[in-house]
Amino acid sequence: MSEKVLMKGNEALAEAAIQAGCRLFFGYPITPQTELSAYMSKKMPKIGGLFLQAESELAAINMVLGASAAGKRAMTSSSSPGISLKSEGISYIAGSDVPAVIINVQRGGPGLGSIQPSQADYWQATKATGHGDFQLIVLAPSTVQEMADFVGQAFDLGDKYRMPVMILSDGMLGQMMEPVSFPDKGEPVIPERPWAASGHGGKRPHNIVNSLYIEAKDLEKTVVERFKKYDIIKKEEQRAESYLTEDAEIVIVAYGASSRVARSAVNSARAEGIKVGLVRPITLWPFPTDAIEATVPTAKKYLTVEMSMGQMVDDVKLVVNGRKPVSFFGRTGGIIPTPGEILEEIKKLNGKEA
Amino acid sequence: MAIVFEKPHALTDVPFHYCPGCTHGIVHRLVAEAIDELGVEGKAVGVASVGCSVFSYNYFNCDMVQAPHGRAPAVATGIKRAQPDNVVFTYQGDGDLAAIGTCETVHAATRGENITVIFINNAIYGMTGGQMAPTSLPGQVTQTTPYGRDVKIAGYPIRMCEMLSTLDGVALAQRVTVDNVKHVNEAKKAIKKAFENQINGLGYSIVEVVSTCPTNWGMSPKDAVDWLENNMLPYYPLGVYKDKTAQNTLRSSDGLGEETQSNKNRLQRGGEN
Repeated sequence: MSEKVLMKGNEALAEAAIQAGCRLFFGYPITPQTELSAYMSKKMPKIGGLFLQAESELAAINMVLGASAAGKRAMTSSSSPGISLKSEGISYIAGSDVPAVIINVQRGGPGLGSIQPSQADYWQATKATGHGDFQLIVLAPSTVQEMADFVGQAFDLGDKYRMPVMILSDGMLGQMMEPVSFPDKGEPVIPERPWAASGHGGKRPHNIVNSLYIEAKDLEKTVVERFKKYDIIKKEEQRAESYLTEDAEIVIVAYGASSRVARSAVNSARAEGIKVGLVRPITLWPFPTDAIEATVPTAKKYLTVEMSMGQMVDDVKLVVNGRKPVSFFGRTGGIIPTPGEILEEIKKLNGKEA
Repeated sequence: MAIVFEKPHALTDVPFHYCPGCTHGIVHRLVAEAIDELGVEGKAVGVASVGCSVFSYNYFNCDMVQAPHGRAPAVATGIKRAQPDNVVFTYQGDGDLAAIGTCETVHAATRGENITVIFINNAIYGMTGGQMAPTSLPGQVTQTTPYGRDVKIAGYPIRMCEMLSTLDGVALAQRVTVDNVKHVNEAKKAIKKAFENQINGLGYSIVEVVSTCPTNWGMSPKDAVDWLENNMLPYYPLGVYKDKTAQNTLRSSDGLGEETQSNKNRLQRGGEN
């Protein structure tokens, strides 16, 4: 399927997972990730894979834990309230050093919230997906093509670092249709998992996939080792797109759906002669500190745009560290900001002295 | 010299941490013997659940995965679906299987998930220090029912084998105990059958073992066995509640198999079997 096809973002996520060698999908119905499960349920049986509708989000994530602990690529998808339910399992997956891919097609919250697109789960994804000291790698696509591209990368990163990877999408990207291509990469290379619990066959000592350490010093040692891995990831895996930032005096930071709107606003502002650029984080964890740091010399002001009350803005402030003012513009509850609203914010900032 | 008794190969050399008089040790041994006799240690994957038996991952010589509290059936489902040739079992306590994990249990059962479930029912939360379990008896004194379990507040104990026996996906639902040699031998047969059913692709098999917890019951091991016989067995009658391999438990038109009926009689007789 290397030619372009028109697909919904949710479908692209599903097809990409299959192409990445995932043959085990466990999910529970929730809007607005619906098309993903539907695609899996249609396609998996035809290719010898499994679509299993779990009895709950908790069951689904724990089925992923089991399948992945047994050595196979496995995935689950949900939307915001469902991710809250999965957070227990995600913590265990992280604590057991098991790879897994988890899709969050975000909707408005808190509570049952709305079914419209949102980015209000940034904190949850990057800082507090579950209890305990751990991180997920979090990838944030902004197009249907990236929805497709990032799934295979997520599986590879998960295997490379033996940890869960989340794709933080939203209801807009999930539901919208765009042309997408799946370049033929041949059979996916899936690394061996010698640690897996898939039967020792009398050939090795028994493997234990476990997150329990009854001795505090043992747990500390394990967590510290895991954080050394996180340090490597922070160094090696940061990704961001910088758009018109070379001379930018106003730097917008936005990811996912809101970055698309922000890009339109940047183009309009440039047409009016305002020196504005956009940094679009692709990895939300590790946060692309380097890409933002690179803009500090020319930037006079920062504007973070999110579909929330302002969550990623904290991370931008940590990088900028008081050297320049960082402001925020957002809509929440399922509202997507308009290019006009963002342009207005840019103009306000442009009119003000720092 | 002929060896007449030895440790099963499917148990490691790690000493059990269990309290004196706790029946986990016996049941671990029976599970390991079944694995040895069926020659499936190399294919076996066990799922350890939260509770006293969580450390079973150190005791069973097969590959092991530790599950979040109550989620062992879901984890086992993932393992079995990923590796259908593995022989997958869960080892769960009453809080795990019949409270926080009831949903996962019922749905793994009704899917006919081809796994083996060992269910330790000792009517108490052991690891956290003796709180009321879903299976604690009416009137039973626990840390969180210091005046005895008041059914007006805490409701009634749950009988899992009876409940699960109504589900089409269940191949075997049998309640056993290990209070004497005869019962230990019956428990062994049931556990082995639960593994054989999986090997034969028959679906979800659960063996509930009515067990003791002398420490949290506040009794000597001997008194605990007496208490089990006098109090638990009348409420949790031993027997086969469903067995797809046996003719006589095919469900009749009223929805109750003969075995289920005989257990109702047994319950009325006060737990004699």
